[in-house]
Amino acid sequence: MTVDASAPPTRRAVVPPQRGSIARRGSVFLSRHPRVRLSLLLGAPLFWLGLVYIAALAALLITALWTVDSFTGQISQTWTLDNIVAVLTGSLYQTVTLRTVGVALLVTIIDILIALPIAFYMAKVASPRAQRILVIAILMPLWASYLVKAYAWRSVLSQGGIFEWLVSPFGGHSPGYGLPATIITLSYLWLPYVILPIYAGLERVPDSLMEASADLGGGTWSTLRLVVLPMIWPAIIAGSIFSFSLSLGDYITVNIVGGANQMLGNLVYTNVGAANNLPLAAAIALIPILIIFAYLAAVRRTGALNNL
Amino acid sequence: MRLSRPARGLLATITAVVLALIYLPLLVVFVNSFSTSQNLTWPPPGFTLEWWAKAFQSDGALDAVLTSLQVALASTAIALVLGTLISIGLQRFEFFGRDAISLLVILPIALPGIVTGIALNNAFRTGLGVQLSILTLIIAHATFCIVTVFNNVIARLRRLGTSLEDASSDLGAGIWTTFRLVTFPQLRSALFAGGLLAFALSFDEIIVTTFTAGSSVKTLPLWILDNLFRPNQAPVVNVIAVVLVLVSIVPIYFAQRIAGAEKVVR
Repeated sequence: MTVDASAPPTRRAVVPPQRGSIARRGSVFLSRHPRVRLSLLLGAPLFWLGLVYIAALAALLITALWTVDSFTGQISQTWTLDNIVAVLTGSLYQTVTLRTVGVALLVTIIDILIALPIAFYMAKVASPRAQRILVIAILMPLWASYLVKAYAWRSVLSQGGIFEWLVSPFGGHSPGYGLPATIITLSYLWLPYVILPIYAGLERVPDSLMEASADLGGGTWSTLRLVVLPMIWPAIIAGSIFSFSLSLGDYITVNIVGGANQMLGNLVYTNVGAANNLPLAAAIALIPILIIFAYLAAVRRTGALNNL
Repeated sequence: MRLSRPARGLLATITAVVLALIYLPLLVVFVNSFSTSQNLTWPPPGFTLEWWAKAFQSDGALDAVLTSLQVALASTAIALVLGTLISIGLQRFEFFGRDAISLLVILPIALPGIVTGIALNNAFRTGLGVQLSILTLIIAHATFCIVTVFNNVIARLRRLGTSLEDASSDLGAGIWTTFRLVTFPQLRSALFAGGLLAFALSFDEIIVTTFTAGSSVKTLPLWILDNLFRPNQAPVVNVIAVVLVLVSIVPIYFAQRIAGAEKVVR
């Protein structure tokens, strides 16, 4: 490559020759000491995440081992396993845990099944222009407030709402408010978070690989199953982390469209607020924490955590 | 693999149907913002511009939008700095505990918001003894926003490799100069995409916000939650949602253009 020396100096990136300045000496020192460089890079973020987040989580878990004085309503720092035992053995907690995990799993499966064909169409069939428009179309609903969208579903599914209006000519009914409405609404809310990573994963699958598979006699289904699916598996898992964990902790959607049903988030919320029992709330919060950790540990090997 | 015509048609149909389903509730919100009915009757009994007029005169709503903007901008800025630092550290160095750190970054978004919320609430009030305020809210938001910047930047760094940076230092540039003139320009669009997601995440967050905002701080989602079930205010909330969706086209469009300009041909 030739450098046009006659080009005006402003057009070229000029490396300032400031030998001996503090910046220069710092730069030399840092390039000779990669460990120092690394600790400067990671110092601030780790301080933040460790101090703000991990310390707070640890404190919360310790609170689960304390109790609330029933007279004063203050937390008394007596060590006890009562809260943990109550959460592990109480039938209410078992039922609600099963219900919550069930809802979260169903939402995740529904979202993946819907996201796969759309993401495939966006990444592999649509023209570049259509592709761009589709991404915008998927991203835009994310900006309508979560609450407004949940409330919109309340309106859609209400008696005399648009859903009933659409299906009643065919003899259908609105499911009303309850678990099905919760699952529909949560699937709706988290769908973009599942489509986007899968779309990004599919974009990274080269067309040439799929053509090679076809040239070697692979049919559509076997190409999808043996070539495409293994390549986008981490992206699918990455999407599922969003829908699963966002559903697992939700308590507002279920309040808006879930009728009288409760999820784990509701139990935590009532114990923090109305019942003023933070230790019990912390003990209940352990359930989703453990479930998420188990889930993350299970999917870590797929490399999904690099695809979020 | 060559898709047959019917297969392509089927995929296009599925995409169209799902997009229609995605926009159906938004359409309902849009129509209800002009409806004379306050309790979501369908089809709407009449047309009115009352709610649109009210929305633009509602001080509560405008204040809430401003508060949300402040919180989202501040936490996005913090997330951009911390997320960039951590992704350079993790991508350009090999060391023990790297996996643990990337898990640490993901945790605030992977754990349910209510867990993050009560943990931070407990830590701020009883652990540190500080009053909840807009600052505690920004700290909480920045914590879970780091991950979006981190993901975008680390993916970009992985793709870039180090050859250009190596060339820059071979030619005598120090590490600041290399970062300013070589690394940063290549990261810019990743930072934009990550920052946009972080902004959106913070702007719409309600659960962590409930537990970490001071009582005088009303972000837009908190204001919406207060007003959603009031018959006189619910249509105003619809108006605000419509405006937000329309306004969001601008940043998304720019993000797409920047990403599109850099895209490698598939």
